[in-house]
Amino acid sequence: MRHIISILLENEAGALSRVAGLFSARAYNIETLTVAPTEDVSLSRLTIVTSGTDAVIEQITKQLNKLIDVIKVVDLSEAAHIERELMLIKVRATGKDREEVKRLADIFRGHIIDVTESTYVVELTASGAKLDSFIQAIDPGLILETVRTGVCGIGRGERILKV
Amino acid sequence: MTMMTGAEIVIRCLQEEKVEYVFGYPGGAVLHIYDALFKQDQIKHVLVRHEQAAVHAADGLARSSHKVGVALVTSGPGATNAVTGIATAYMDSIPLVIISGQVPNDYIGQDAFQECDTVGITRPCVKHNFLVNDVHQLALTFKKAFYIANSGRPGPVVIDIPKDVTAAKCRFDYPSAIQMRSYNPVVKGHLGQIKKAVHLLLEAKRPMIYTGGGVILSNGAEPLTRLTRRLGFPITNTLMGLGAYPGTDRQFLGMPGMHGTVEANLAMQHCDVLLAIGARFDDRVIGNPDNFSSLPRKIIHVDIDPSSISKRVKVDVPIVGNVPDVLEEMIRLIEAGNAAPDAQDLAAWWKQIEEWRGKQCMKYRMRKSVIMPQYVIEKLYEITGGRAIVTSDVGQHQMWAAQYYKFEQPRRWLNSGGLGTMGVGLPYAMGAALVNPGMQVVCVTGEGSIQMCIQELSTAKQFRLPIKIINLNNRRRCSTAVATRSRTWIRCPTSSSSPRLMATSGFASSGRKTSRQRSGRLSSTTRTISSSST
Repeated sequence: MRHIISILLENEAGALSRVAGLFSARAYNIETLTVAPTEDVSLSRLTIVTSGTDAVIEQITKQLNKLIDVIKVVDLSEAAHIERELMLIKVRATGKDREEVKRLADIFRGHIIDVTESTYVVELTASGAKLDSFIQAIDPGLILETVRTGVCGIGRGERILKV
Repeated sequence: MTMMTGAEIVIRCLQEEKVEYVFGYPGGAVLHIYDALFKQDQIKHVLVRHEQAAVHAADGLARSSHKVGVALVTSGPGATNAVTGIATAYMDSIPLVIISGQVPNDYIGQDAFQECDTVGITRPCVKHNFLVNDVHQLALTFKKAFYIANSGRPGPVVIDIPKDVTAAKCRFDYPSAIQMRSYNPVVKGHLGQIKKAVHLLLEAKRPMIYTGGGVILSNGAEPLTRLTRRLGFPITNTLMGLGAYPGTDRQFLGMPGMHGTVEANLAMQHCDVLLAIGARFDDRVIGNPDNFSSLPRKIIHVDIDPSSISKRVKVDVPIVGNVPDVLEEMIRLIEAGNAAPDAQDLAAWWKQIEEWRGKQCMKYRMRKSVIMPQYVIEKLYEITGGRAIVTSDVGQHQMWAAQYYKFEQPRRWLNSGGLGTMGVGLPYAMGAALVNPGMQVVCVTGEGSIQMCIQELSTAKQFRLPIKIINLNNRRRCSTAVATRSRTWIRCPTSSSSPRLMATSGFASSGRKTSRQRSGRLSSTTRTISSSST
């Protein structure tokens, strides 16, 4: 099953590689990984999307907690949460496709943030699944380049991950 | 406060931590530290012949004494040579601080002479590691390193220090206590869980206690013995846990697992409540976890490391906590309730166990043509009164030593259980001999393993370390052959010319070769071992 694991860790050199190294050393899967400092610059917030059986996910959270630089770990997908991912997608936009891509971007509440005679760059923020459907909706022949940030997520309501 | 160089600070930190011995090998990047080390005499330096042995010797010191072992190595090859030692300590959760030199800050990343990414290379096999870029961080880093190494589930910590940091100056201020927001190991077990465990234990019809290295590392042998005797339950100690319960006691069933006894394994299989303490259901102990879990039994698991619990085998009552604390709590609850397990059920269970024990699986036949290795270990036990510190390498001789030397006390049996590192025996003995003056230290080895760190005979001689080495020469990589024999025959190379170890006696003060079981020859050889002091 797919899980979104959120980690609060010391913003120190090498902390990210400890997390990434743990996943490769123990043959856990990383689908996406995002990391950036929080409002407190001594802390980083890292979000990993992974998949595995309940036993594997339990081990992942335990092993992450064992890392000295890790302060807190939470499996966001255990309860109500919001997930978002940003995608920039460059598409061929000529002739009738130009109008079609614009329409599709509107449907998905995307923005066209770069325009040339023959291309658009569409910016799209949504859940990972929704970004996938945008890619599926668009003619694959038109896609020139995609870049995605990976998922970041946050708990709903009073569910707070803080030191 | 006067200004001190980084190198002086390193030494002061070690003094503050009451370090007595540093095992090391000098090199360019640690020259300042060596200079500072030889300007004082509180900490003694032991010059090894290879950095791997420096870490193993520090590890042997730690295993035999509950102190943090310290090794000092230079950058590049010094650090990479130390990696096997570090990984060995990590797998067995041994508290070490390894100080490695690094090229100066300005040179890092330039592929400088003797540069390697020590922090990167050691990351997967340390509890934690540090690269100290700034001399102002040095004292705090040492405090953290010793705290991390020796608290919670212990483990090795590497401190990588660029050469310019050891020359830079600052004021020395060693923190008296340390708090880390990201590291707070649990000590006390959850009382509700402990109550549940005690209830299960008292209700058990066929109970079994299975303990590992965690009991030794946490100094939990004494409360474990009290609890086990109070309950009257059978107990098994893993390879890492030998000595946690007296090996000659009737309640002790021997080791479990691949090299264990029939009675310990069958009791593990057929019990209805299993109390696992500081053990991790290793593949050499339980084999296939699916098969192990196929029999119904309730499992209670006490461990300080939450990630050890339900890792290989799903358990029913997890208790995260320091072993002695949890055991004392269990004893308190049992004594407060004046409770005891059902005597009839327990008697029936013991009857079954005695039937298994009656098979005498560890019995062996003496032969005229060769000395049986089992016999050598039994003799060794006899002559040392079971009180020696026994180190071993990895292989058949290791298993014979574990099976036939009855360990009565903790920290008397030192070997590489997790990583299975051949070559640890001699350096372990060096570390143990230094920190346990007046005790017999015996290294039981094989002709394969001893060659992995044989250069350390020279160190042992230089420092006049009273170590006895018994080489059980079976002329084969036998444990590998044993492991593979049951399925298909896998070819395994053997050293065609094992050294005649007696030829190395230039390094040792005396040597004896015994190959036939002539009356008394072995005994007189082992007596020589027991009487010679160096």
